[in-house]
Amino acid sequence: MLEVNDLVVSYGQSEALHGISFSANRNETVAIMGRNGMGKTTLFKSLIGILGLKSGRITVDGNDVSGDESYRRVAKGIAYVPQGRMIFPALTVEENIETGMTHTKNKLVPEEIYALFPVLWDMRRRKGGNLSGGQQQQLAIARALVTNPKVLLLDEPTEGIQPSIIKDIAKALNEIRKMREITIVVSEQVLSFAMDVADRLFVIEGGRLVHETSRADTDAAHIKQFLSV
Amino acid sequence: MSMTDIFNIAMMQGFAGLSLFSVLLLMGLGLAIIFGQMGVINMAHGEFMTIGAYTIYLASTLAERYIPSFMEEYFPFAILLAFVFAFIVGWIAEWALIRHLYKRPLDTLLATWGLSLAMQQTFRSLFGAREVSPTLPEWLLGSWSPAEGLDIPSNGLFVMMVTLLVTGFVLLALYRSSWGLKVRATVANRAMANAVGINTKRTDRLTFAIGCGIAGIAGAAFTTIGSTGPTSGSLYIVDAFLVVTFGGAASLLGTVASAFGIAQTQSIAEFFISGSMAKVLTLLLIVIILMIRPQGLFASKIRR
Repeated sequence: MLEVNDLVVSYGQSEALHGISFSANRNETVAIMGRNGMGKTTLFKSLIGILGLKSGRITVDGNDVSGDESYRRVAKGIAYVPQGRMIFPALTVEENIETGMTHTKNKLVPEEIYALFPVLWDMRRRKGGNLSGGQQQQLAIARALVTNPKVLLLDEPTEGIQPSIIKDIAKALNEIRKMREITIVVSEQVLSFAMDVADRLFVIEGGRLVHETSRADTDAAHIKQFLSV
Repeated sequence: MSMTDIFNIAMMQGFAGLSLFSVLLLMGLGLAIIFGQMGVINMAHGEFMTIGAYTIYLASTLAERYIPSFMEEYFPFAILLAFVFAFIVGWIAEWALIRHLYKRPLDTLLATWGLSLAMQQTFRSLFGAREVSPTLPEWLLGSWSPAEGLDIPSNGLFVMMVTLLVTGFVLLALYRSSWGLKVRATVANRAMANAVGINTKRTDRLTFAIGCGIAGIAGAAFTTIGSTGPTSGSLYIVDAFLVVTFGGAASLLGTVASAFGIAQTQSIAEFFISGSMAKVLTLLLIVIILMIRPQGLFASKIRR
């Protein structure tokens, strides 16, 4: 479903990603593990098109999106939940979700979204900026889901969120995959969360993928070594 | 002086305040979208009003020459035309100039100032340096006197109606339409709005053009009050920025409140002291209030 070939991204002169290749299948969740500064966020930003590629190719369901602006990638089936949530603070919760539906025919927020995140229904008239971190994370996921993605990207969804909510988010992600049978790519530093949601795990270090394993064969101690400072 | 005289004076004075309120609000509305929402300092905003004013002049001249029977009805259509012209010029200006400068606000200031000079010279070449006035239909002249000694000018009433309509429409569009949602999302976070599927470049262009179109309507309405010259726009621009800044840049209701506050202070003070002293008093109050509340009257309360 998602094919990434030899992705190179640089900030001016300094190259941050040195040729990343991986693919993720339909109805599969892939986790990209790595410490701070190893290129997780850069990878995700280049996948959604906030950062341009220096070289390489990204295809979604056979469509090449490498040169597209973000909004075109969204129309072709990528959705993005950024690090730090980045919801629109001055818009109400309902309006925040609706921003994801501007290119679809839908006018009303689908009921399954509120079924998945009941707290958003209770808060739908509140300003997004007044929600707690965990609620904002759910809102950011809801906003991405209403674009009807084939590939859902989540950049460190557990960052700065209390442990009980982390469990809820893992449950929601598994439910989303069961419901929609989409591809989910998630970047993570918390191994337990990745083990809860992912079928395959990659480790990114210094802008390269250095390790790949399926969940069943995961050597937790080995991956922890990559994650510890 | 009898009681009715005093009542009449109070009514007319009150209306003068409301009339000034409409004028200020109408000036500020287009800018509230372009400066308040998009954050673009558009020094050529006044010239977009002038486009609207000259559109009315053109329409009146054409109507007078070719279809004199239409003279009574042309005005509303001419206002629509004023919106369309200003909208088109705004669209082109955004495409040719503004979009390259979103990340350089100070350069926008200079560039739009240059644009304003260029537009003034264009007006001068096309229409001449002399001020012109359209021939207004009968129903815009004279006044409405509901009682003996009480005269409410028709043009003031008309401007007030236009203001009400345009304000209502802008509020509705910004808070209830899909365009409004796109604008507010884009303004909040351009990259993120793009990443949820909003074509932000298109939204920017449309928003800028709509702001300019509203300026065109304002200019059109002002032809009922004063005459139009190539530099008329520069008279409006300071007041327009004042209204928007005082109201709190991102808040449309703030713009309404600030226009009301400034207009009432001005017109009530004018009754007791001279016009220029009233202006001094108003500006002084604004400066003091802005020193205490630099974010303007209304700023939304949210965590950022």
